[in-house]
Amino acid sequence: MTIPDELRYTAEHEWVAINGSSASVGITDFAQRALGDVVYVSVPAPGTRVAAGEPCGEVESTKSVSDIYSPVDGEVTEVNADLEDDPALVNSDPYGAGWLMKVRLDPDADPSGLLTADEYAELTKNSD
Amino acid sequence: MITPDATTPAATESAPGQPRPTPLRAVHESLGATMTEFAGWLMPLRYRGEISEHLAVRSAAGLFDLSHMGEIAVTGPDAAAALDYALVGHLSALAPGRARYTMICAPDGGVLDDLIVYRLSDAEYLVVANAANTAVVAAALHERAAGHDAQVTDQTAEYALIAIQGPHAARILAPLTDIDLDGVKYYAGHRGAVAGHPVLLARTGYTGEDGFELFTSPADAEGLWAALTRAGAGDGLVPAGLAARDTLRLEAGMPLYGNELSPEVTPFDAGLGRVVVFSKPGDFVGRAALAERSQAPPRRVLAGLIGASRRVPRHGYLVTWDGASCGAVTSGAPSPTLAVPIAMAYLDPAAARLARDDDAGRLAVDIRGKLEPARITDLPFYHRQR
Repeated sequence: MTIPDELRYTAEHEWVAINGSSASVGITDFAQRALGDVVYVSVPAPGTRVAAGEPCGEVESTKSVSDIYSPVDGEVTEVNADLEDDPALVNSDPYGAGWLMKVRLDPDADPSGLLTADEYAELTKNSD
Repeated sequence: MITPDATTPAATESAPGQPRPTPLRAVHESLGATMTEFAGWLMPLRYRGEISEHLAVRSAAGLFDLSHMGEIAVTGPDAAAALDYALVGHLSALAPGRARYTMICAPDGGVLDDLIVYRLSDAEYLVVANAANTAVVAAALHERAAGHDAQVTDQTAEYALIAIQGPHAARILAPLTDIDLDGVKYYAGHRGAVAGHPVLLARTGYTGEDGFELFTSPADAEGLWAALTRAGAGDGLVPAGLAARDTLRLEAGMPLYGNELSPEVTPFDAGLGRVVVFSKPGDFVGRAALAERSQAPPRRVLAGLIGASRRVPRHGYLVTWDGASCGAVTSGAPSPTLAVPIAMAYLDPAAARLARDDDAGRLAVDIRGKLEPARITDLPFYHRQR
């Protein structure tokens, strides 16, 4: 299971890559493995406000459906249109081509509550 | 964002303590399977991915470990009479070498389990029960056989069960066995050998495809699995887990105990009244209650639903007609074959009748707070090409 060092994580198994005022969001390798084959991803349209820790979308797999929680406060600027036709990208490349959405961070957004790769590895260690 | 991987409601009713491994546990782990606890057993949920496993069973073949299923032997001069009394089917009329899908019901007609019963010889039956219900079925059979000259023995630990299912199953299996597979009819079972391993070979399954189930000893399980894997390597055979098994049986419209079947429903509710044989001689457990149910208008009907959106109806979601509840989903999944969400649901009979002519989105499933239109369809969702 991969947990890239440069990313930050939530306890709900999202990853976030913060680059200045922009954040890319996806679900982790652990999450995609637990879900199984992803068949449908719903994320908020560009322009939608999202709040850290609040559900903002859902991932359907063969066996289950799960909420997506925004890791940050901000406004959705872009969604991964490739997932419409090929939701399995979330399984095959969760940290790359399977990204879910990009969010413009609020000026006062405070991402310090996000987990480091080590902290996230610790969290998932006993449930793998 | 992870919710517990609840394979079925029955999966939560497992025995306390560690889940029980099957004789093929090491094989599954070496194949990199994701393992899950199911009905007290440690089972492979998926290997490469459930959708590819499902599609392989539809187009080629899949190999399943079903060793969690319960095997209960009923033997003795009165075995046939004991089963006629204990079950709703007419098992004394079953010819040796044949099998039948049947049910065991409570005195009130509620379903305790659905079963496949093999008649191995005149005085020897093998009852195959769902893993979650094996103890209940064995106890009920034992109690109901009292007064008959018949013995009831739970032999689950003495069997491994391997299934090979799919259009290529017969041609993969044929070179490995002395049994003439063309002579093995659907729902027939023969003793013989496969790759040198003694088996009871049956043409049965739970996928909607042609296929075979091989009962063997735990000591022979790894060798048999390896021989089948080798024989099918060039013919599209892949190992398939419980996740694929569930979507395969759902497409085939087959009920799952804990979802479509429970002590709260009768075989008639599930649209399976044909398994109840009133014409057999003598009394049987549940006869009076089931006779009454067979004459009464149905309390609910089991319907097939196809979702109009990509959101998936799941077990327990409410079904609505004009916004008012008219039933509940028992099983639902994105169909790998049809590429749309499919579900089975118990519906109020009046609503189900109206829904047949609904083209205005009045029938819907409450999917996590939002009503998603669905249309009603005949079961099964999938028919194999013959």
